[in-house]
Parts: sequence; structure tokens; C-alpha cells
Amino acid sequence: MAVPLAFFALFFAYPVVAIVGRGLKDGGQWQLGRFGAVLGDPDIAHVLWFTVWQAAASTGLTLLIALPGAYVFARFAFPGKQLLRAVVAVPFVLPTVVVGSAFLALVGRGGLLDELWGLRLDTSVWAILLAHVFFNYAVVVRTVGGLWAQLDPRQEEAARMLGAGRFEAWRRVTLPALGPAVAAAALMVFLFTFTSFGAVQILGGPTFATLEVEIYRQTAEFLDLPTAAVLTMVQFAAVLGVLALHALAVRRRESALRLVPAAQTAHRPRGRGQWALLWGTLGVITVLLIVPLAVLVERSFDGPDGYGAGFYTSLRSAATADSTFAVAPLDALWNSLAYGAAATAIALVVGGLAAAALTLPRLRRGPSGRTACVSRFVRGFDALLMLPLGVSAVTVGFGFLISLDTPPLDLRASWWLVPLAQALVGVPFVVRTMLPVLRAVDGRLREASAVLGASPWRVWREVDLPMVRRALLIAAGFAFAVSLGEFGATVFIARPDQPTLPVAVARLLGRAGELNYGQAMALSTILMVVCAAALLILERLRPLDHSGEF
Amino acid sequence: MTARAGTTAQELLRLGGVTVRFGTAGRPALDAVDLDVAAHEIVCVLGPSGSGKSTLLRVVAGLQRADAGTVLLEGRDQSGVPAHRRGVGLMFQDHQLFPQRDVEGNVAFGLRMRRAARGERERTVAELLDLVGLPGAQGRAVASLSGGEQQRVALARALAPRPRLLMLDEPLGQLDRGLRERLVVELRRLFRELGTTVLAVTHDQGEAFALADRVVVMQDGRIAQTGTPLEVWQRPATEFVARFLGFDNVVGATVQGEAAATPWGKVPVPDGTADGPCRLLVRPAGVRLTAAPEGLPCTVAARTFRGTHVALLLRPAAGPQVEAACALRDAPEVGERVGIAFAAQEVVVLDAPESAE
Repeated sequence: MAVPLAFFALFFAYPVVAIVGRGLKDGGQWQLGRFGAVLGDPDIAHVLWFTVWQAAASTGLTLLIALPGAYVFARFAFPGKQLLRAVVAVPFVLPTVVVGSAFLALVGRGGLLDELWGLRLDTSVWAILLAHVFFNYAVVVRTVGGLWAQLDPRQEEAARMLGAGRFEAWRRVTLPALGPAVAAAALMVFLFTFTSFGAVQILGGPTFATLEVEIYRQTAEFLDLPTAAVLTMVQFAAVLGVLALHALAVRRRESALRLVPAAQTAHRPRGRGQWALLWGTLGVITVLLIVPLAVLVERSFDGPDGYGAGFYTSLRSAATADSTFAVAPLDALWNSLAYGAAATAIALVVGGLAAAALTLPRLRRGPSGRTACVSRFVRGFDALLMLPLGVSAVTVGFGFLISLDTPPLDLRASWWLVPLAQALVGVPFVVRTMLPVLRAVDGRLREASAVLGASPWRVWREVDLPMVRRALLIAAGFAFAVSLGEFGATVFIARPDQPTLPVAVARLLGRAGELNYGQAMALSTILMVVCAAALLILERLRPLDHSGEF
Repeated sequence: MTARAGTTAQELLRLGGVTVRFGTAGRPALDAVDLDVAAHEIVCVLGPSGSGKSTLLRVVAGLQRADAGTVLLEGRDQSGVPAHRRGVGLMFQDHQLFPQRDVEGNVAFGLRMRRAARGERERTVAELLDLVGLPGAQGRAVASLSGGEQQRVALARALAPRPRLLMLDEPLGQLDRGLRERLVVELRRLFRELGTTVLAVTHDQGEAFALADRVVVMQDGRIAQTGTPLEVWQRPATEFVARFLGFDNVVGATVQGEAAATPWGKVPVPDGTADGPCRLLVRPAGVRLTAAPEGLPCTVAARTFRGTHVALLLRPAAGPQVEAACALRDAPEVGERVGIAFAAQEVVVLDAPESAE
């Protein structure tokens, strides 16, 4: 537990506190009056209201659309399932800027729908909501579906035998078992959409702005650090509130679940209803997830002289017409991969230790006396791990720059600065993915191995670890993916000669000209392919699970 | 109660006043339990569910902390010794095989924890699988095993690290009858051969009597009776033990000389029974059917064929119902009127229940 705590203190709390302090302190005095001034502003109030409203709507819509998808992925066996699982996860890791552009190309002025039916959504909130569903579909499918696939279907069968209808059995048996996972997924989606940045900025135009967009504008455009600091605090408080609610909801629901190998629970769809569900899900995925990606790919090949790989070949050289880079854009790929791997390793170690600490039996025992204080501390720690998702990435990135600049912590020139910031976003995924499964491990298996002579550490390694290996791989995939796609913090701290893919894409998009736009689309396509490949490899690793040591 | 007073080298396990409470209110799950198990002895704790049997095992294993009392293994106090350093084996009620490991991985687990060399591990696993009748099953997946096979693997896994004390929680609970009876015989032979000290708990008296050198009957977290299976069977100490063993012919009585006055009339008692009020057990075998005019007149309320004999439920003119056993060809029909008499050698005087004291 000490390691994750130190990690968060040093690389999260310190930078954020530093920048907030810089914003709110004037000549050594805290200027708390700024809160009233900023919050009294009707524009800010409107931003606040919109942020909450769109996050709730996005979360609801995502759950509505993605839960049937989670069921399909958990329970049905069909050809191409693994490939599709990876495809579904790709949107999540795409830079928000690129997704914004892709949706603009789909539903905006002169976009595909505009050309076909004269339909435009870019001035409505629907474009934002759909983009959010596009991003977060995988969160629900993976978090909920991962557990769902391992739930013993016989539990539901037992309920059926006791007279419960199909839906009744699902509602009474499966849904409560899935509860923590659904809550975890909903919480993640809410936090992501609450702090949504790139998509809202592009699709929202001047009408719609979230807190994060406002913070960015105050920081980068108006250089109004005090206002940005106040908004950061507000966002922080809101996130804390959501996390507290979540802790309350989840605490009562945890129970030991019967987990079975995922392969055993999947079957081919039977009957008209199940086939319809499968095809419906495939349809949703196609329209919502694949079409925007297809438009993106199409544009990367759509050069001035017709279709061709021109944009891709131009990526290899640093010296393009108006060069924005000291290095070839393609080098960004290798930077991203190296940063991503390092960030994943850090996130797995920190998140894994945190999740293990949270499930240690001695910390969970007893609702009375001294232990109550311990378990409250544990829950607080649990919530703390989620904070990086809720705190403005822009703030974190900027905070890194101004706080980690004095020896012995002068990391500004260090290669590790970027992976450290990226790991911060990855850790919550690792913890969230592993915790439900770790907590569902039957305690008597741990006892069985203890009686056979395994020390507590050994028990964790021999019993818990093999059981959570699947969750661990999923977590690793997510951590790697969010590291690849991380933009808000990285854009502040990545060195000019070592850009990551999203940073490179953003730089290209920031420049006018068809070549830059095409190159951005080409780089985005590469990023998409890399993420898909990484996730596919993880999917392939799974069948080997049951053999050998970890 | 026991002849072995004081701790000798023979005493492998000694529990002294072990008490466990779940929650502050209500009776304790274990209430000041004293129990000794000698080396190479097979002791079976018998009791209904909720009597504290499993808790007893968990306390010895170190999985459950005792609120009071001591656990001594080979004379050494085990308080503060964590489960993995106690060197005892526990076979769980539902086996708790590790689902992600194959049979060999499960059986070898304890050996790996003790850092046994690979060659030794493989040899021991092969030996044990032979012993439990699953030769060559090393590579099989746990999910592919039948209930009986899982049972054997769980046993082999518990035996592999050569625990000084092997504990079995409802060892045969989930198996069908035929397999259970065969396994009991096998287990007893196995434990004899290996010289294993065994502490088992079960709610099945047949299992306990077949397996154990000594039976300990538990009631509500306390020990109600200890003795050899024969002793317990022949002379149940209390009404609880008698009823738990399936004997329902228990009545209040007042002994005077060679007979006792009961609601059924005079019942002969064994020689040397002290005079005064007590509870009496008459085993079904001690209820003799007589021609209708003689003895206590009864109506046959039910008859159940039990294979070797017929169990009769008789409703006497006075007093509670009586169970009787008789040979098939002598068995009366339901509704027939019969007379009964009692045989002194099948009558047991029970200790008065503690609450009456």
C-alpha cells in the first residue's frame, strides 16, 4: 500500500496542489474570494449545468446501448468475436481530437450524413452524446462483459427452476452479481464524460462547453490561472462527490461470486430473439463505431490526386513543405509505443499493489471497533485511486511542469516524465478492472492454500493472481491503450523532439493545408491500427492462461 | 473422563477451553471445548449442522481465532502461529480444489510451498494418486473430475505435505451412498497404513462410526459425549445423543429396584441402576412383540421396510409412540393390534440433561 500511496502523493497530489496554489495564492495570501466571483458568473454556472447534464445523459445512453453488447460478448460464441472485441476497444483509445474530427466528418457540415440526407447534428448536443457513446462503449462491454462471461449460468438456471422467468432470473440473480461491475463502468463513463475535452471542444462549438474545456481556455487562451484553479477545485469536488456516491453504492453489493472459465459460458445464439440481439448489436457497432473509423481511414487515403498512400509515405521524412517537426512524424509511433509500455508497467505495478492491498483479508475484516477505522481508510484509498480520472488532465500536465522542476525531483528533462503522467490515468483502470474479480475470489480457496503452507504473499501469488490474470490482461490492455491515447497532460510535457502520436496528430491538425490534414488522418489511422494490434495480442494471450507460472 | 491424564508425548492435539463467539450476543459457536487427540488416532466429531464442528476445525487450522482457550500441537501453544506454519492439513467440505490448476498442480501445491525438489514432488504426487486410486491422473483438469474423483484429489492434496494432523470437514458429504461406504473403508485402511492422525467432522453417524477410533458428539458448541463408536452407540450419554443417533424411544421414568415406572408401564432396567427419576432409552431392538392380550397393547401406526428388518411405529394405549424392529416374516400389518414387552439389556439410563440440573 505504501508504494501506490507514495506514487500518488508525488506524481498526482503534489503537482495538482502546486498549480492550484499558484492560481489561488497572491503574495502569500490565499485568495478565497475568487470562488464567489467565479461561481457567481452566469456563464460559468451554465458550463457547470451543462457538464453535469451531458455527463449523466451520456452515461445513461452508453449503458442503454452497451449493456446488450456486453451480454452478447459474454454469452454468445460467434465467428470473429475476438477481432470484434478488439475493434470495439479501439475508439476508446483514439485521441479525442481525432474522434471529434471523425464525427464532424460524419455528421457535420458537408459530412457524410449531410451529403446523403441533409442531416446535421454538429449544432446539437446529440453529436457530443454519440461521440461519448462511441468512446465509452468499450468501457461497459469490457468491464461488465468481462465479469459476465465468468458468471456461472447455472445460478440463473437455478432461479429458473425455482419459477423465475427469463428476465426475472436475470434481474434477480445476474444483475445483482453484475452490480459492482455495472456501477464501476457507469462511474468510469460518467467521469470521462464529465471531464470530456477534445470531443466537446470540436463538436460543441461556441454553444457547449464542459468544465475541462473552460479550464483549458482559461489556462491556455486567457492565461487566467486563478479562474482555472477555482474551476479545477470545483471539478475536483464534484468528482469527489461522485466517488463517494459510488463507494456507498458498491459497498453493499460485494459478494463472493461463482466464477467459471469464460469459454464454458459462451454458446451459439439460439432462437430468433438471440439472433436478433446478436445482429442488433453488430448493427449498433457498425453504425456507431465502425462508420466513423471508416470515414477516418477513407480520408487518410483521399489525397489530392485521388486515392493513394501519399500521406503515409510523406510521414517518414521530417522535411515536409512547412515542417512542424524536428523529427519525422513516424518517429512519434516509436515514442508512443515506448512510453505506452513503460506507463503500462508502472500502472500495473502501482494498480496491482493497490488492488491487492484493498483485498487483503485482514484489512476487510470486522465492522466493529478499530477495524472500522481501517476499513474506512481503505475505502478512502479506493476512492483516491479514481481521482486522476476526475482531475483535469490539463491541470495535471501543467502541474507536472511547474512542480517537478527542483532537484532531486527535476524530472522535466527525464524520459520518465511522460510515462509517469500516462500511468496516472492507467492506474484507475487497473484497479477498477481487478478489484471486482479479486473480491469475488472465494475466500476458502485462500484458506485452502494457507493450510497447505502458503504464506499470505504466496497465497496472493498462487490463488488470486492466476484468477485475476484475465482481468490483469484486460487492465494491461486498457492501461496501454489510454497511455497511447493520452493527450491533455502529454501535450504539456512531451518534449518537442519526442512527440507521441496524439500530440503529433494535434500539431498536424493545428496547421492548415490538405497535406497536414491528410497526414493527421494517416497518423490517426496508424494509431488506431497499433491499438487494435495491441488489444488483439492481449486477446490471443488468453487461451494460454491455464498453463504454467505467471 | 479420559484415562490419559496430563500431556504425554502421545498427545498430538490438545484443546483446552476453546471458545469462539460470532458476534457479541447469543450462545458461542464453541463453548469451552476440551479435546485430546493422540498420535495415530482417528477421531470423528459428530453433530448436527450448527453444532460448531467446522468452527472447531478452523480453530485448529488457524483460520479462526479462538476468543478463549488454548490449542496445543505436540505440546506447543499455537496462538499466534499463522495457518501456513501449523503443519496441519485440512480437507474442505466442498474440496476447494484450485480450478486453474490440473490434478498434479493441486496435489503438488503443498509440496511446492515447502520447497520440495521437482523430482520429489513428482514422485510423491504419483504415489499419492496411486494410493487414492487415480493413477496417471496428473494432467487432468479439475473441471473434468467427477465428485468422487475430486474427493480423492482433495485427499491426496491434503496428504501430500505429510501433515502431522489431517483434518477432514464432512469428508464424504457430497458423495452417493455406495461410493461413500466404499471410501470409508478405503480411508480407514489408508490412514492405518500411513499412521496418519485424523480429526474429522461429520453429521453422518454411519460415516463417523465406520471411520473413527473415537467419536466425539457435539451439541450447541459443547461436547456431549466422547467414546468408541461402540460405547456411544450402546450407551448414549444424554437424550440429545440418543435422539441424534436416531433413537426416539425416550421417556421420563422413575427407577425403583429392577424396574422403572414409565408412561408405558413397568420397564425393566439393567442391574445396578440407581433408584430415582431419570430419562430412559429403549432401543427398538429391545421392544418385543407379544400376542395381543399380553404386555402393553398397541396399534401399528406405520411400518417401514429397512432391508434387514422392518421398523414399526406403534401407538400404545398410553404414553408416547414406540419404535420397534422385527424380522420381515413376523411383521404385523398397519392397523393390527399387538402387545409389547421390553428387554432389560436394550434399555439405557440416560444422564439427566444439563438444563435440568
